[in-house]
Amino acid sequence: MRFRDEYRDADTARKLADTIARTATRPWTIMEVCGGQTHAILRFGIDQMLPDGIELIHGPGCPVCVTPVDFVDKAIEIAELPAVTLCSFGDMLRVPGSRGDLLRAKSRGADVRVVYSPLDAVDLAAAYPDREIVFFAVGFETTAPANAMAAYRARRAGLANFSMLTSHVLVPPAMRAVLEAPDGRIDGFLAAGHVCTVMGTREYEPIAHAFGVPIVVTGFEPVDILEGIYLCVRQLESGRNVVENQYARAVRTDGNGTARAIMGEVFRVVTRNWRGLGDIADSGLALAGAYAAFDAENRFGAVVSKDAIDAACISGAILRGESRPTECPAFGTRCTPDQPLGVTMVSSEGACAAYHRYRRADLGTPRQ
Amino acid sequence: MTEGNGSGDLSCPLPVDATDTVQLAHGGGGRKMTQLLESIVLATFDDPELNRRHDGAVVDLDGPLAFTTDSYVVRPLFFPGGDIGSLAVNGTVNDLAMCGALPICLSVGLILEEGLPLETLRRVAVSMRDAAAKAGVRLVTGDTKVVDRGKADGLFVNTSGIGRIVAAARIGPEAVRAGDAIILSGDIGRHGTAVMAAREAFGFEPAIESDCAPVHGPVSAMIEAGIEIRCLRDLTRGGLASALVEIAETAKRGLAIDETLVPVDAPVSAACDLLGLDPLHVANEGRFVAFVPPQDASRALALMRSFGVSRDAAVIGQVLDGPPGEVRCRGQLGIDRIVDMLSGEQLPRIC
Repeated sequence: MRFRDEYRDADTARKLADTIARTATRPWTIMEVCGGQTHAILRFGIDQMLPDGIELIHGPGCPVCVTPVDFVDKAIEIAELPAVTLCSFGDMLRVPGSRGDLLRAKSRGADVRVVYSPLDAVDLAAAYPDREIVFFAVGFETTAPANAMAAYRARRAGLANFSMLTSHVLVPPAMRAVLEAPDGRIDGFLAAGHVCTVMGTREYEPIAHAFGVPIVVTGFEPVDILEGIYLCVRQLESGRNVVENQYARAVRTDGNGTARAIMGEVFRVVTRNWRGLGDIADSGLALAGAYAAFDAENRFGAVVSKDAIDAACISGAILRGESRPTECPAFGTRCTPDQPLGVTMVSSEGACAAYHRYRRADLGTPRQ
Repeated sequence: MTEGNGSGDLSCPLPVDATDTVQLAHGGGGRKMTQLLESIVLATFDDPELNRRHDGAVVDLDGPLAFTTDSYVVRPLFFPGGDIGSLAVNGTVNDLAMCGALPICLSVGLILEEGLPLETLRRVAVSMRDAAAKAGVRLVTGDTKVVDRGKADGLFVNTSGIGRIVAAARIGPEAVRAGDAIILSGDIGRHGTAVMAAREAFGFEPAIESDCAPVHGPVSAMIEAGIEIRCLRDLTRGGLASALVEIAETAKRGLAIDETLVPVDAPVSAACDLLGLDPLHVANEGRFVAFVPPQDASRALALMRSFGVSRDAAVIGQVLDGPPGEVRCRGQLGIDRIVDMLSGEQLPRIC
């Protein structure tokens, strides 16, 4: 298949790994920001192809993982109201809140539906005027334009029974937060290719400059990721720290203007609480004033903040890049994909779930 | 579930022809029910044993038998490559084949939702008849119930089946030995992606077709040829991954497969990438794995490839001594990873 098979070619991958090994003269720690990249790294075993000194740290770029528990609780609370249909992307359904997940709410009788596009939720609102249709809008800059379009269309169609529970987050402020952490040890970043497809690459330049770190915008196939690592190592070895674009087949410097315009129309930038990272200023999106009528928090009450993470769970340290999943005493024992304690075990993009799925046996962890 | 309306034919003032949907009265055990059965089910299936219209079928069997049952609740009822009817016949035929049995006869239990178009029922019945004819199996007894609107998703089907064991030795995970070859009967992931695409109206072009088909042909041929089949497993929900993990756990062996040897059609592979699914976890309805001793592998492979349903069969790996219960998969870059069962339902990724 074109645009995929050539990026999974074993020979090309091996040559890139060799080039990385020849280029690196000392250890480097590189964080891949996006959960999709983490998943690919573990699935294809890319980390095992790298020389010993190159360490990959898995970043906070899994939308499911960083959505605060309070929002999951609120989504469940709304879903359980009479005459409400709650629509969500599939993998949010298994995210544990403080009292179960949306799948369990569904089995108790709540009308919870998986949609493949937020516009499907708008169609439902038009088709069922007697029901309140609430879309659980989460994700990074990748899902934001389509979610913005849902609110835009609902407003234009005057659909008073449509609203969104919005917990959108932005990548650059999270990268800053990771870099500002006192025991941070990240030398360079692989930035999330699809986020940059929307946003472009310019907003990463001040970060590269201020923190002296190379940032390589990187795709999701094995050859993409290895090439991204190579470009990052090459910069580190030569003392440079600029934004480079490995994923040029999808990412333009200015991103997607149309997508950014609809985001600007519908959303405003707000402070967001990140699971594992805490409050980060200007790190999220909420509905702008003109769309306040479509804000589920205005309709069903505001999200209440509380801390309900299991004490044994180190997902916060994992999301900050301070710990690896295998350093958690609960990994593979008390915490499994069937019974996740923390969100990093829930989504297939979560670092713990990826380790559990692809690496468990290497780690000597007993089977369930 | 509601057992019909129990009110007899006095509550049925309209003749059966006056309606084109299933009514509660069709499950009432009265004349309307008889008319429904005669006009659609009996007329379509047309089996002499069924036409006796007795409480059960009388069949003449000898030797060890395999007996299995399965219920079918697929949505949508019709999808590219099959429908709930062909699925219900082939699924049970395949379960019998996996026991090393030649399928002989099936029972058919229908649960109809009030309001189901009779035309839908007719299409499903015709599909079951055709699938049964193709698989050489008889539909000899059955049952029909009607439940209130909203209590079922249009139409549910249960089929139970009896087959005559033709395999000389017991087929099952306990017979698996280190060194056995693992043969996959064809490309994987088509049924799951076809049904998901039809249900969500993704509009893939060309549409992905389900692999729904009976597989007892190649199984019987291997048995007749004297191939020592150690274990068979059809790949339904949970896909190839679940089947292999289950066998590895029961057999207390390790399994090693090579992902580059597992056939996946390009459209299926693209759809899985799009939806964040792993083809190893996606459902199939006409595929199986066979475990055979290494010396029988090439003969088994040639026999399987001589049948249309398994023409793309491939040796994908082998059985190891251990570690028990572990399935390893060598990926496209030559690096091993663990294959696990899905945890819960298959959910598409967020982005």
